[in-house]
Amino acid sequence: MMGRGPSVALQRPERLWRRTVAGVPYLWLLVFFLAPFAIVLRISFADPLIGQPPFTPLYDEAQGIQLTADNYRFLTEDDLYWVSYLKSMRIAAVATLLCLLIGYPMAYGIARARAVWRNVLLLLVILPFWTSFLLRVYAWMGMLSGQGVVNKALLALGLVDQPVQILYTDLAVYLGIVYTYLPFMILPLYATLERLDGELLDAAADLGGRPRQAFLDITLPLSAPGVVAGSMLVFIPALGEFVIPSLLGGLDTLMIGRTLYDEFFVNRDWPLASAVASVLVLILVLPIVVFQRFSQLDREAAR
Amino acid sequence: MRRDGRSPTFLFSCLCFGFAFLYVPILVMIVYSFNDSRLVSVWTGFSLRWYGALWENEQIIDAALLSLRIAFVSATLATALGTLAALAITRMGRFRGRALFSGMLAAPLVMPEVITGLSLLMLFVSLEGAIGWPLGRGADTITIAHITFSMAYVAVVVQARLTAMDRALEEAAMDLGCRPMGVTFDIILPLIAPAMLSGWLLAFTLSLDDLVIASFVSGPESSTLPMVIYSKVRLGITPDVNALAAVIVAIVGIGVAVAGWLMARMARTAA
Repeated sequence: MMGRGPSVALQRPERLWRRTVAGVPYLWLLVFFLAPFAIVLRISFADPLIGQPPFTPLYDEAQGIQLTADNYRFLTEDDLYWVSYLKSMRIAAVATLLCLLIGYPMAYGIARARAVWRNVLLLLVILPFWTSFLLRVYAWMGMLSGQGVVNKALLALGLVDQPVQILYTDLAVYLGIVYTYLPFMILPLYATLERLDGELLDAAADLGGRPRQAFLDITLPLSAPGVVAGSMLVFIPALGEFVIPSLLGGLDTLMIGRTLYDEFFVNRDWPLASAVASVLVLILVLPIVVFQRFSQLDREAAR
Repeated sequence: MRRDGRSPTFLFSCLCFGFAFLYVPILVMIVYSFNDSRLVSVWTGFSLRWYGALWENEQIIDAALLSLRIAFVSATLATALGTLAALAITRMGRFRGRALFSGMLAAPLVMPEVITGLSLLMLFVSLEGAIGWPLGRGADTITIAHITFSMAYVAVVVQARLTAMDRALEEAAMDLGCRPMGVTFDIILPLIAPAMLSGWLLAFTLSLDDLVIASFVSGPESSTLPMVIYSKVRLGITPDVNALAAVIVAIVGIGVAVAGWLMARMARTAA
């Protein structure tokens, strides 16, 4: 588009400038984002080795190209990995649904609030995001512990006779994920709900549509791009979450991010960790493509 | 205003519940940072001792300084690269490999940290084996990793501004014979400066906050603040971390207020 302006041949510095604008970030992403994936994929087909680096070379002068599918075979044989993948998907899916249930009415309330209030409320949604993620997870360790605020409240209300174990259970992991990812659900939902044309709802009311019907027939379908974008923004990172299950979860809260981390740092099995990562990327490809398609549609709708 | 099935009371109670959910844990954490007791959840009296303990903890101070240095450098470079990327996507029309480029630019936004961390470490190890760089791992490798994921966030913020912007000025300048490079520096950059500032702040915060990626690509000598905090809280609750949290919340609060004021002023002068 820019080149079409003055159609005279671009001078040398101009051409150089155009190349720099696209080329520098392009090259950076190729080297530091795409190439690393290729390397992980490559190492996932190597054998572990004691040494530096701790895996067998892919190409050997004597034996030629060496590929082994042992790591992938091991992933299917050991229950640990199946359980981790499935449990991560379940936890991420349920947490995403909970975020949607809490986030939708909040986003709707903000979008319908008076203009003066709207920005204040939005800022209040974003503000926790600027404070440390790790410390917000830590805050829940204090809230949920045996003598924590939650247990004190439950005891005071007479709901329980003695402190209940919440910290280091799956329930704490759900709470932690919903808590830290809620803003990611609210913001895209707010963006679509705020654009919603009020006149459509007026028309529905004029034509005798009941408010409930108007919400189900107009508001909800029109906010679908926001629902999908928000859900993906919660589901995808939650699936690979490491900090929350390792600080709030119990020993049996196996999530794949944590299993991968332990495989790498505790067992020091680089090829196996690479295989775990490759399978995780494969699982994530579909939701990531869906996310991109919808955020593109959403950007076009915003224009 | 209330044209559909959500009554104002229902929405209002949802908002109250939601904001309570978001803020009560942070407030409780701050309140207990003033607790005299070593047992975090038993209140024995008001005290500032944990703030004193924090001030004398050299490990935490050193880690905080390292984190700030990495965050400053990586946010600055990520803003430069992210802005270039946003310009390429919105102002360069079609070019070869554009689809791959926009895909690579968006993927870090949702990529789980364990994968980004692991794959960057594998890259650094392979590069060291092949060309002898980077020699070992430390602040430099953490900085490169942080630039890579935070430039995507900067690009999103700047791109939003570039698409929303009125093109009339740029077109007028071009009709008057201004070259693309001149248009970028004299017209586009001043207009997107507020977006670049919010992108920089976002990149800075993301870098300060990162635990997982830094754990993968750091060396034995370089522990960032989140790494030190994690190794402390993994074993349970400790009151000096509460004090640290309170300090961070205070700094963020002041920072957001100052940034909001600055951006409002910049928007006023730009208008």
